[in-house]
Amino acid sequence: MATFQSLPDAVSENLHDGDTVAFEGFTHLIPHAAAHEVIRQGITDLTVVRMTPDVIYDQLIGVGLVKKMIFSYAGNPGVGLLRRMRDAVEKGWPRTLELEEHSHAAMANAYEAGAAGLPLAVLRGYRGVDYSKVNDNIKSITCPFSGETLAAVPSVQPDVTFIHAQKADRKGNVLIEGILGVQKEAVLAARRSVVTVEEIVDDLDAHPNACLLPHWTVTAICTVPGGAHPSYAHGYYVRDNANYIAWDRISSDRDTFLAWMDEHVINATPQEFAGRVEELRTQA
Amino acid sequence: MSEPGFTPDEMMTIAASRALKNDDVCFVGIGAPSAACNVARLTHAPDITLIYESGTIGTAPDVLPLSIGDGELCDTAVTTVSVPEMFRYWLQGGRITIGFLGAAQLDRFGNINTTVIGDYQAPKTRLPGGGGAPEIAAASGEIFITMKQSLRGMVEKIDFYTSFGHGDGGDHRERLGIDTKGPTMLITDLAIWRPEPESNEFAVVSLHPGVSRDDVQANCGWTVKFADNIEETPPPTDLELQTLRDLKARTKAAH
Repeated sequence: MATFQSLPDAVSENLHDGDTVAFEGFTHLIPHAAAHEVIRQGITDLTVVRMTPDVIYDQLIGVGLVKKMIFSYAGNPGVGLLRRMRDAVEKGWPRTLELEEHSHAAMANAYEAGAAGLPLAVLRGYRGVDYSKVNDNIKSITCPFSGETLAAVPSVQPDVTFIHAQKADRKGNVLIEGILGVQKEAVLAARRSVVTVEEIVDDLDAHPNACLLPHWTVTAICTVPGGAHPSYAHGYYVRDNANYIAWDRISSDRDTFLAWMDEHVINATPQEFAGRVEELRTQA
Repeated sequence: MSEPGFTPDEMMTIAASRALKNDDVCFVGIGAPSAACNVARLTHAPDITLIYESGTIGTAPDVLPLSIGDGELCDTAVTTVSVPEMFRYWLQGGRITIGFLGAAQLDRFGNINTTVIGDYQAPKTRLPGGGGAPEIAAASGEIFITMKQSLRGMVEKIDFYTSFGHGDGGDHRERLGIDTKGPTMLITDLAIWRPEPESNEFAVVSLHPGVSRDDVQANCGWTVKFADNIEETPPPTDLELQTLRDLKARTKAAH
């Protein structure tokens, strides 16, 4: 049964030092406000999971909260590389970062297997490539029916998954629309889940086949309008592409990065996200 | 000689767009492939199905997306599916005819590295990684690659096999049980390349207008093979050039 609570309370009750945590979102609906709350609370030694780690993972890594990252594409989409992550991998600043690297197909399958309660995912993948040389969690398995050799990876089952969604109703049923990513799988695979939403409504008015998480699959719901910014919420506000482009400069220097984090994250609140998307709403 | 009236970049994008057919189902990589695929859709291939790994199937964006998951892709798509479904039913299921990829590092057999420059454990440059590319390269019917030529990008030996092309050449794909064609075309800012029949090593089959063999070699880290009969790539038509420039202008205004 979903509990309605403030984001600070949801984070402190559900995420602990040393946990494995996914903040999922495939360009769309990335839970920025939730990650910023984790940074403010300084919850550390995290193993972070994500298909497409982008700006929030760069921030979590840059402030030293991440021990290990399980991922398949780490970049600032359409802009370039993640500079804080590069600094950690190439120079060990502010701490070394262990990587478990997969392909998208394997990660998507691993989340799905996690949601399905299976210990592993099986796919026709990784043929001819070097991933298994640097990742011991990529193995092969022989199909008992055809004899075909297939790739196997362990399922992903985070302690906590954070996602952002458009809306929830008053019971706590959550509706996700637009580009869906792996959020449904990531929530169902996790032991606990925290969903930030744009708004709470009386009626979700959802299509019979809509992507919906029933209230009893979600641990906590927090209303945070604008909580995906600079990512977007389909139907509410558009992606702040200029902000992603600006991140390349902000993250290029350690001091500039830390000063930016102080101003926009450490000394900020979840309520400030609403103002950040005000002008982006008109284009949605 | 007068100015050609188009840039090498524009020639690359337009030459790449011509490789796509109206009935193709194309898995689109971000960056240069995305521009080429949308120019194709806006010129000679209006019914082409463009698929981005964010799950958008049959998308028709008015501006080029900055990321593979911009809202524009979903708004204009026939349908949007979850990412696990995208990779399982649509890509692994064998429904993609063309995978269109870019590359940071490429070798003569079309193997691609987008993972690291240098040693994996202590890289000189940590790149984003493969994303969807490893399975796109293996599961799509065939692969087109587009990239700007440079000595840094086109190398004798890549540092990491992110996406498998023709491996060591010859029948290497077949020996690994990969039954798709792999890279069948490379479109650079200087030339069009195709794998030679036996070796599967890329050879130049067409030079873009004004480009010499020496230009191609000067910007490639391996000894370039040239086909027996080399053509000149037809220059961009007015329609192609206008379509590309309009698309870029709309994109610039939007981002």
